[in-house]
Amino acid sequence: MISAPDDLIQLLTPEGQRVSNADFPLDITDDEIRSLYRDLFLVRRWDNEATALQRQGELALWAQCMGQEAAQIGAGRALAPQDMVFPSYREHGVAWTRGVDPVAILGLFRGTTNGGWDPRKHNFGLYTIVIGNQCLHAVGWAMAGMREGTNDAVLTCFGDGGSNQGDVAEAFSFAGIYNAPVVFLCQNNQYAISEPNTRQMRVPVFHKAKGFGFPGFRVDGNDVLAMLAVTRWALENARAGNGPALIEAFTYRIGAHTTSDDPTRYRDPEEVEYWKARDPLLRVKAYLDSVGTPQSFYDSLDAEAEELAQHIRAGARALVDPQPMDIFDHVYAEPHALVEEERAEMAAYIAQFGDLSARHGHGGH
Amino acid sequence: MATITMAKAINSGLRIALERDEKVVLMGEDIGKLGGVFRVTDGLQAQFGDMRVIDPPLAESGIMGTAIGMAMRGWRPVVEIQFDGFVYPAFDQIVSQLAKSHKRSAGATRLPIVVRIPYGGGIGAVEHHSESPEAYFAHTAGLRVMSPANPYDAFVMIQQAIACEDPVIFFEPKRRYWDKADFDDTVDVVADPAGVGSPFKARIAREGTDLTLVAYGPMVRTCLEVAEAAAEEGRSLEVVDLRSISPMDVDTLVASATKTGRMVVVHEASVFCGVGAEIAARVTEKCFWTMQAPVLRVGGMHAPYPPARVEHAFLPDLDRVLEAVDQAMDY
Repeated sequence: MISAPDDLIQLLTPEGQRVSNADFPLDITDDEIRSLYRDLFLVRRWDNEATALQRQGELALWAQCMGQEAAQIGAGRALAPQDMVFPSYREHGVAWTRGVDPVAILGLFRGTTNGGWDPRKHNFGLYTIVIGNQCLHAVGWAMAGMREGTNDAVLTCFGDGGSNQGDVAEAFSFAGIYNAPVVFLCQNNQYAISEPNTRQMRVPVFHKAKGFGFPGFRVDGNDVLAMLAVTRWALENARAGNGPALIEAFTYRIGAHTTSDDPTRYRDPEEVEYWKARDPLLRVKAYLDSVGTPQSFYDSLDAEAEELAQHIRAGARALVDPQPMDIFDHVYAEPHALVEEERAEMAAYIAQFGDLSARHGHGGH
Repeated sequence: MATITMAKAINSGLRIALERDEKVVLMGEDIGKLGGVFRVTDGLQAQFGDMRVIDPPLAESGIMGTAIGMAMRGWRPVVEIQFDGFVYPAFDQIVSQLAKSHKRSAGATRLPIVVRIPYGGGIGAVEHHSESPEAYFAHTAGLRVMSPANPYDAFVMIQQAIACEDPVIFFEPKRRYWDKADFDDTVDVVADPAGVGSPFKARIAREGTDLTLVAYGPMVRTCLEVAEAAAEEGRSLEVVDLRSISPMDVDTLVASATKTGRMVVVHEASVFCGVGAEIAARVTEKCFWTMQAPVLRVGGMHAPYPPARVEHAFLPDLDRVLEAVDQAMDY
């Protein structure tokens, strides 16, 4: 049974008590905490809607972030607009803080696109499915910024499983050597699909930073305030020219790895119940109740969540299926003879069906 | 006009690119003070500094991945992989990210990266230093793959590859690094493209009428020597230097095959599922009724590249190519 260690950096207890940490002071108003709660609540709703859409056959797959919202919202809200993010594929909460439309992300899981948004428009990279690749892109992005003299930092996300990948170790190595302004965020949700930490690592993830010459911190990943404070410190530290940092957000994937997974085959139900009691939303609500939050706040949040859910449901169904001819677009930036030849062949193939292709030209569902 | 080796030609091309575009950076193991193990980058770090000519940590995936990150931000990295057999740690980044990011982003993310790989055998090297992995890359959509055969083409094509908006895998025939030619190696062929043509077009290296030899990179010189020897026997061989493997200039191949009716493809890489197989298939599809013989292939065996003391038997040479020419002529 996996439980939370007692040395995590924490600013808000599971019971909703604020506690202080001398290294990571956080000056924050109750209204700002309400705003964080709003993000947590709406991302939870998005996540649940997406899971339901998968069950209805509208999405091929969904990767739930349930349980990890505090780690993602806390880190995402620490970003400055000019900072860049290189995510893995479960960073819905970070995407939310960067203004990416949830429907754009559903396109990836519905199968209408392999991307879905312009990374530069949101300073949020495309979801990266090959584990760990994105951490090197983050370091390269930072190396370019160092050459341009920009004042920004880069956040890159990976998981406990990803911490084993060579690319992640190489990213640590390059970032350390170049003193690159990169914050590595490992959401340790305890499982790499079915494999627990005990099969993944001999030492806690955050210890690995020491071997590469930069600081590592283990934070209560279900504490949005601690995540905000530590990530903010790490980003500011990076922008100030002090190099990279590693944040291990110790959290738990309450949901399945994806909708294709069956976690009952490898997880203890008691363990899941333990972590449900440490739900990142509960402690913020307990705090907000303790300082007095009017019911109207929650009512209007419910209404906003309902509106978001409708947007997601309608948006997912309205996503336009790509067409066969789209296969040939953007393979290269400049014309490529083979692609042009195959494009013409496909066009001729489709054309021979005449009206039939208009009615049946793309696969039905 | 000067006498230039291929290694110097590429060096000059890189210098011109670094001068023309301040977003061009070179990255590769030992390319700085040492000038690379083949000295192709000799003197460039001294001229442009270590922020533009970067000696990164020894980690090929790390080099490739950080190059991609820089390119995402508008830079144009030119990566040197020290030897062909060392590219595989970077293969994941090349295939999963470099090749696909433009498509995945619907054109929003361009990665104009050049990956320079000294390749091929014939230099008596230890294992992993003599391989010809070009087919792996040509098979991957999103990459362009080219290989110059002579110093002048190396000088021109490296500049064109760097200017290209797509990723280019640039295979340098290492055993030809010391071949020489006379030309002016100060011309910026991107700024002044008069007379250089597209890097994606094949070149007729020698005209002939009886049979077409197709090669690229190191085997072009071998094929020219074969054509010379065949001429003494009264046979007229045409030699096509492919230059670009992806895209492939099929039109030039078809025109030559139509003219001669016979074709032999020569490369160092193993023939099974190699570039020669693709050429044979395409030429057969277009020239089935005019061919006098099937397209034959001469290349490496379906075996790991052998120890240096026996590589002469693995590599296509004058006799093995002439044998294939005989077979095609006797058909």
